[in-house]
Formats: sequence, structure tokens, C-alpha cells
Amino acid sequence: MKRLLLFIPVILAVTLGMVLFAGIGKDPSHLESALIGKPVPAFELTNLLAPGEQLDEQVFKGQVSLLNVWGTWCPACRDEHGELVRLARSEGVRIVGLNYKDQRDLALQWLSGLGNPYAVTLYDPAGRVGFDLGVYGAPETYVIDGDGIVRFRHVGVVTEQVWRELLEPVVRQYQEQG
Amino acid sequence: MRNLIFLFILVALLPSSLLAATEVYPLATAEERERFQGLLAELRCPKCQNQNIADSDAPIAQDMRDETYRMVRDGASNEEVFEALIARFGEFVRYKPQFDRRTALLWTTPIIVVLIGLLVVIGTVVRAKRQPQATATLTDEERQRAQQILEDGNPKP
Repeated sequence: MKRLLLFIPVILAVTLGMVLFAGIGKDPSHLESALIGKPVPAFELTNLLAPGEQLDEQVFKGQVSLLNVWGTWCPACRDEHGELVRLARSEGVRIVGLNYKDQRDLALQWLSGLGNPYAVTLYDPAGRVGFDLGVYGAPETYVIDGDGIVRFRHVGVVTEQVWRELLEPVVRQYQEQG
Repeated sequence: MRNLIFLFILVALLPSSLLAATEVYPLATAEERERFQGLLAELRCPKCQNQNIADSDAPIAQDMRDETYRMVRDGASNEEVFEALIARFGEFVRYKPQFDRRTALLWTTPIIVVLIGLLVVIGTVVRAKRQPQATATLTDEERQRAQQILEDGNPKP
């Protein structure tokens, strides 16, 4: 019995080691969205391309969409834009854009220069909807199902790998359900 | 004279950072101002993760300050402010997470560790006391034998 007690420090050290080891390689800046499983917050914004047109959370109803938060002030958004265009054109993904804290003319210039992958783009110059969504750094990409429920969030650039490994499985899963 | 000017500049610079917050966010009472500052200090910026939103220059921290200000000005309680921000950004933004099932271990680990330490100390003390004193002393017979061995092993010259 005494002998066994002597092993306690070893066991404690090994346990602590395993706990710490599990944390290695995890990116602490990736936070899970507080909105997973909840509906997209209610909003009313104008269409970036048609200033007179009011849009609300109904734009997500009916089919699975990606919601991409972007702005012309965000260099990483430029990096991912090509991939978004490819997803929209070749993979048939419906992408809703949220133009976040930006200026309309700059955003329009950007879309005409780099191509427009968005089925529709919401114009959020004050960042109000971005705030309600818990956006803390563009670009962010959400998977929204056909009922307007947030299913996944990716913070950072969307690459082909991110699409294949993170976004596509979620998108396909909810497409099958819907 | 030079020292005086220097002192004056120092005094002039000192409270500017303190005043800044109240200038941008005018609140009616000192109590509200204090509560607002307290909230800013206790909310964590999701972007610059080791800063509170009072210290962070990130745009998102600015937005969170604005929202906190709006809520405090409109008479929201601290709990309501926390809830509103946690609903958007998650439990992460609170430096002091609430005690519930998920955070139970987080809050109780220090107490558990202290208790274990106390138990170990008490155990050691009790065992030391219970240790029979007799083993330290010898019976008369043993003493005689020991004496003999000592004498044999160390013969007199």
C-alpha cells in the first residue's frame, strides 16, 4: 500500500502532461461562435447592389448558404476572394455576402474588379449586424441552414482546404437534411 | 523654474488618459461612470485576447465599449450587459465566468487542491503521533546486548 502511494506523483505528472499536451497545436484565437444552433439575429439592411432594396433574415430561408463577412479594408478578404468565386461558380455554393464596415463605392469597385461570388450582398456600414453575429475579425464565414440557423463558423481565410475539410461537410450535411 | 514647468507638464499629462473615457462616454452620475469602467475592465476582447475592452484598440473592442455604454446609459444592470455580450461572443468575453456545470471544475479546483493538501498534512501529523514511542527505546535485555556488541566491537586498549 505504501509503495503504491509513492506512485501518486508520477500519475499526477503524467495526467498533467496529457492535459497540457492536448492543448498543443490548438489555435486559441479560434473561438466557437455563441450563435451555433441559434437563428441568425434579426436584421434589416440594404442590398449592396441595389440601395433601395431592403433585406432581412429571410434571405437565408429555403437553402443552405454560406455567409461571408468581408470588407475592402481587409487584406485577408482579398486573399480568399478567388476561392469564393470558385465555390460559387464551380461548386454551386450559395454565398451571401455581408459587407462589413465598408463604403458602398469601394465595395462595388471591389466586386466589379475581382468578380462577384455573392448571390446577394448585405450592406452593413455601421457593423451593427456583424456585431450581433459576434464577428470579431473579418473575414469570417458561417454556414447557415435552410431554416436560417447558424451551423458553423470559420474565422479566417477560406481556402480550398478549409472548404473541403471544414465547410463542405457541414454544408452537405444540412443540404441532405433540408 | 525648470522643475516647476516639468512638474506642471507631468500633472497636465497624468489624468488625460483617465479623463478620455469619460469625455467620449458621458454618464450622468459618478456611480454610473464607475460601474461602466468596472464593466469595461471585466470584459475581454475577443480579438486581442489578453486585453480587456477598456485597454484594447481593436475595432471590435470599440464596438463593445459603445454597446456597453449604450446599455449602461439606458439603465441596464451589469448582468444584462454581460448577457447581451455573451449571447454574441460567447462566455469567452467574461473574465469571471459564471458558476455552472461547465465551469464547476474551474472554480472548485483550487478548493479541492487545498483540501487534498490539508488532508495530507493532517494524515502525516496523525501518523507521526500514533507512531509507538516504544520502538525508539530498548528493553533491558536489548540494552545489555547492545552494550556487549559495542564493547566487543570497540575493545579497550
